[in-house]
Amino acid sequence: MGYVLNRIALFPLVMLGVSVFVFVAIRLVPGDAITAMLGTEGGMLTPAQRETLTAYFGMDQNWFVQYGRWLTGLLQGDLGVSVTYGQPVLDIILDRFPLTLELAFLSMFIAIAIGLPVGVYAAINADRPSDLIVRVFAMIGQSTPNFVVALLAIYVLSVGFGVLPQMGRFVSFFDDPLGNLTQLMLPAIALGTAFAAAVTRIARAAMLDVLSEDYVRTARSQGYSQRYVIWRHALPNALIPVVTLSGVEFGYLLGGAVIVEQIFALPGLGRVVLDAILQRDYALVQGVVLFIAFNFLVVNLLVDLAYAALDPRIRYGAK
Amino acid sequence: MTTFTKATAVSAMALGLAIAAPASAQTLDVAWSQDATGLDPHTQTAFASIRLLELLYEPLVRLGPDLELQPAVAESWEFSEDATTLTFTLDPDAVFHDGTPVTATDVKASFERILDDETAAAARANYTSITGIETPDERTVVFTLDGPNVPILNGMASINAAVVSAAAIEAGTVGTEVMGSGPFTLAERTPNANARLAAFADWHGGEVAYDEISVSVLPDETAILASLRTGQADFALMTDPLVATLVTGTPGLELLTAPTLSYHVLQLNASRAPMDQLAVRQAMSCAIDRQDILDGALLGEGEVTGPLTSPAYRNDPASLFCYEQDQDRARELLAEAGFADGFEAKILAANGEPPTAVAEAQLIQSQLAEVGINLEIETQEMNVYIDRWLAGDFDMAVALNGGRVDPYTMYNRYWTEAGNLQDVANYIDDTLDTLMEQGRIETDEEARKEVFAEFERHISEMSPWVWLFTGYTYTAQTEAVEGFEPSPTGSLFGLVDVTLAG
Repeated sequence: MGYVLNRIALFPLVMLGVSVFVFVAIRLVPGDAITAMLGTEGGMLTPAQRETLTAYFGMDQNWFVQYGRWLTGLLQGDLGVSVTYGQPVLDIILDRFPLTLELAFLSMFIAIAIGLPVGVYAAINADRPSDLIVRVFAMIGQSTPNFVVALLAIYVLSVGFGVLPQMGRFVSFFDDPLGNLTQLMLPAIALGTAFAAAVTRIARAAMLDVLSEDYVRTARSQGYSQRYVIWRHALPNALIPVVTLSGVEFGYLLGGAVIVEQIFALPGLGRVVLDAILQRDYALVQGVVLFIAFNFLVVNLLVDLAYAALDPRIRYGAK
Repeated sequence: MTTFTKATAVSAMALGLAIAAPASAQTLDVAWSQDATGLDPHTQTAFASIRLLELLYEPLVRLGPDLELQPAVAESWEFSEDATTLTFTLDPDAVFHDGTPVTATDVKASFERILDDETAAAARANYTSITGIETPDERTVVFTLDGPNVPILNGMASINAAVVSAAAIEAGTVGTEVMGSGPFTLAERTPNANARLAAFADWHGGEVAYDEISVSVLPDETAILASLRTGQADFALMTDPLVATLVTGTPGLELLTAPTLSYHVLQLNASRAPMDQLAVRQAMSCAIDRQDILDGALLGEGEVTGPLTSPAYRNDPASLFCYEQDQDRARELLAEAGFADGFEAKILAANGEPPTAVAEAQLIQSQLAEVGINLEIETQEMNVYIDRWLAGDFDMAVALNGGRVDPYTMYNRYWTEAGNLQDVANYIDDTLDTLMEQGRIETDEEARKEVFAEFERHISEMSPWVWLFTGYTYTAQTEAVEGFEPSPTGSLFGLVDVTLAG
């Protein structure tokens, strides 16, 4: 318990570090909001016009003042207003996050539903032809970039079958569950493929490790069935690396899947942050990245808690 | 993996059928890859914003598909004999989306807003010769100019000179609420995702044959092609020739192209050695094979061009300096300048803007290498590129620069002493400055053409830049769409004439 509290106490410190980093990083990138809005036409501005715009985008103050202002707002729960959307940053995040969360869950579901049983199966059949086939496919799956899977899926569906889930108009799960799942299925497959391959490989390796442990051999020698030994003794211990991997991957997915969201025109966090960076929408970049960092911390904490649940040694050691 | 993908594809199809059913005949489904960056017609300069705003707002006059001036808010217009005053008579039927008539007061307020520094309208530079705006009655607007200025009329045929309501200006809502007099009202919009435009029943320009336009922003052009194939989109705008040309081979789809006014150019920085020597710049112009770059980078989708891209002013590029590749002459010129062994320089290109920029830079690199000029390609993100471009911070740069109908409006920013973008052009001489001034005040059309033809000959010979070619604008449509005429400006205003079959 104290361990959890310790971790939570560190949150604000980490968040402060992230906030400073993002604030500085986005401002160090050359090109500002004026360039992003006007492009080469920015060269036609008179000095007075430029001054007006600089003030409008809040760039007339020095960085310390800007950061102070932003931090003060942040502490009051105000992430600022996006200049490109004309909306509070928090509203945009809350509007986009459900999609990202759902997509992350779907991808993880695909990854674990496929990766875990296949990995365990391969480990039990180690070095047999079936294991070899699994390993080859896992290698291919893991080394195929998700955008290739995405483009391939779109191509096969649209050219081969003449159908495609509706793009550009995202419907929420609560408004139209079937429509929503249709829209998210391909992106989830695109993201889940490499994820599933990774889970397969790690599950196989972990299972092989565990199966060679003394206590498994002991259990077998006591006459327990193969099935019982695997489910009761081996699998729980083999799950730890799978949980670690899934947790890290899930944390990444919560940051938005930039390329896949771009290809399928999904309004998730990944696209928001990409557009915000390209348009130098400072408030939006800062708000979204901070939110992503917070999610990552929470997911990491949950992964640690899951360890403790899976492995009593960690649970007691922490005390 | 393959079987896995196939199996899911089939089940996806089963689910997808319900969703991808053909849209209602009353809705035109449009897809494009980049969304508007804002809704203020006076300050938005991005092409992505302009093509949306052109459907919502109206200027006094607009350009037709053949770049001829057409009535918009104004039904007629007239220059005084000496071209120093310009009088517009407004269409009495023109009304804003809330039903209030468009009056001379609105026109005056709009131009005052554009000219006000506080508005920060980049297009202001095109209208600074306006010294007075009078409104003798609610249907008449008289602009007084600081001298003869014929090009200003074409300059007003821009959404950046849109007539917005004086009440909206007063209330400070321009840019947040759309209150135009155009053929569509903005029913709903989620930035970077989608928009719905409803046909405006009281539009003074006539009736639109369908009820609404539904816009989907699909950032990936391959996805746009797929959405056309599956009938999700009826009409789409494309920018990448590599994807657009795939439309041609697809049954049921049609690709429409129009040569653009914008031009691909190799900008040399004549303020940096050795490009400060005329012979070196000319050598580079001679060493380049323009058609080869066009074929290699744009699949031949375009036309080799001189500096003048507007159809009315265009000349045969073969008559211009060294438009036929001549490597021997290039080597001679280099030797003459003391660079018989060539030299090294850097070439700046924006990543993905246009999609062909890097390929163009690579072809230029290999062509110049043949005469001993070794280039290092610097690829930069768009905003970084623009910052460096505006500062003139490059040895040479691959650029796709916007074109205008009138050569004066198109080039005075670069090739006059007082041009706003002299730092980008990095070259000026008295001949160019004088010719541009003549072009501004000359009222006789034939005489103007001769002035600009001379301008073109001179600037090609001085080679501050090496003009390459113009590309095409691409729109793709399904068989259901009829009546769209593409425009060299890339405008989608032609959508008002579309009818939907079935």
